[in-house]
Amino acid sequence: MKPAPFEYYAPDSIEQALDLLREHGESARLLAGGQSLVPTMNFRVVQPGVLIDLNRVEELKYIREEDATLRIGAMTRERELEVDPVIARKTPLLAEAMPHVAHPQIRNRGTLGGSLANADPAAELPVIMLALRARLKVRNADGERWVGAREFFVGMFATDLAADEMLVEIELPSTPPRTGWSFMEVAPRAGDYALMGVAALVTLDEERRCTQARLVYLNAGDGPVEAKEAGSALEGKIPDAESINEAAELASQKEINPFGNIHTSPEFQRHLAGVLTRKTLNQALERAQGNVLQ
Amino acid sequence: MTQTYAVAVTVNGVSYKRTVEARMLLSDFLRHELGLTGTHVGCEHGVCGACTILLDGESVRSCLMFAVQADGHNVTTVEGLAHDRDDLHPLQQAFWEAHGLQCGYCTPGILMTLIPFLKQTPDPTEEEIRHALSGNLCRCTGYQHIVDAVKLAAVKMK
Repeated sequence: MKPAPFEYYAPDSIEQALDLLREHGESARLLAGGQSLVPTMNFRVVQPGVLIDLNRVEELKYIREEDATLRIGAMTRERELEVDPVIARKTPLLAEAMPHVAHPQIRNRGTLGGSLANADPAAELPVIMLALRARLKVRNADGERWVGAREFFVGMFATDLAADEMLVEIELPSTPPRTGWSFMEVAPRAGDYALMGVAALVTLDEERRCTQARLVYLNAGDGPVEAKEAGSALEGKIPDAESINEAAELASQKEINPFGNIHTSPEFQRHLAGVLTRKTLNQALERAQGNVLQ
Repeated sequence: MTQTYAVAVTVNGVSYKRTVEARMLLSDFLRHELGLTGTHVGCEHGVCGACTILLDGESVRSCLMFAVQADGHNVTTVEGLAHDRDDLHPLQQAFWEAHGLQCGYCTPGILMTLIPFLKQTPDPTEEEIRHALSGNLCRCTGYQHIVDAVKLAAVKMK
């Protein structure tokens, strides 16, 4: 058999899962969609003594619209996010990124919470959560707390979660009016890990002046990387080719920190980041302007 | 002694009960416990797509699930497609006619990927077909004949 032996539990409530997590502590791992954890177990890189399978916890699977916000249960499958009409309407940036998240078979099984807790710097979902300023609800057996996406991702495959804590819900603020969005990435083949990817979110005022610009990159450091100076450089301006170029230069040459890998050098990743920044900003601005006219 | 767990699962309409270790992958369970060797095992870490099966009607990689997780669920494997060897599923018939396979190793996974795809997308464009196949590696035909077979299958299955 491929993985090392482990004890297996399949609780059907959050409470049970948290009690098990507290009981088994560091030796336990939570199993969400398993699309990253199981491969590492098959390689025996990871050998948890106890596996707590969350797939039977139905109360973690939902997409709810509540006034201005969207609440998503941590065990909601990626495929659900891809096809959900509320997500397409309320957070089109997330909907646009979903087809880029691995392959169809992976999205049928993979979950939002699982991808965020895994915190792979090359993954799309942490980037989107940071761009959207998601708030993450975390629970242990004693209670709950909320963590902003900026504080949640603390490093490579590392999050703010303690050993007895579990991510249970993701709260997404809705996209404000006159906001444009765009997600683009470059991958050797569709569904493979991208060499570089960018999420852009731009809000304009009634005079088409940029009030807020966010640019977040994947595979550009040890977590989702936000180019804050590039975003600030656009704010207060009516974005034109010059200011877009300036933002792309700042982000790609100064703010991101790509490592390169077997498929690419850091220099090529920076080149891609520059190109993708210009493209995503142009598309986001076009969409934001479309919203101005409405 | 290693702990074992009871698994009751329906595969291709037949109910099975077995007792296995939690670490047994669903792909190995199908092949070694149930003798259903139509599900092929390639990379065993979720890259090649050869082991794709249907779990409650949706395509998933059986090497990235433990058999215990399938307890109470419905599984369909490539053995569930044809009624018998002279009465192939239209998708299989299309692969035969359009030369959509060469060595055949990737074929079961590709067929099981395409069953829900063609249900959801009965009139697919070539781009949609290629996206649907992105999670399945074929090292023989270069995909052209596979894409042709999917186009033919879409016509047959209407």
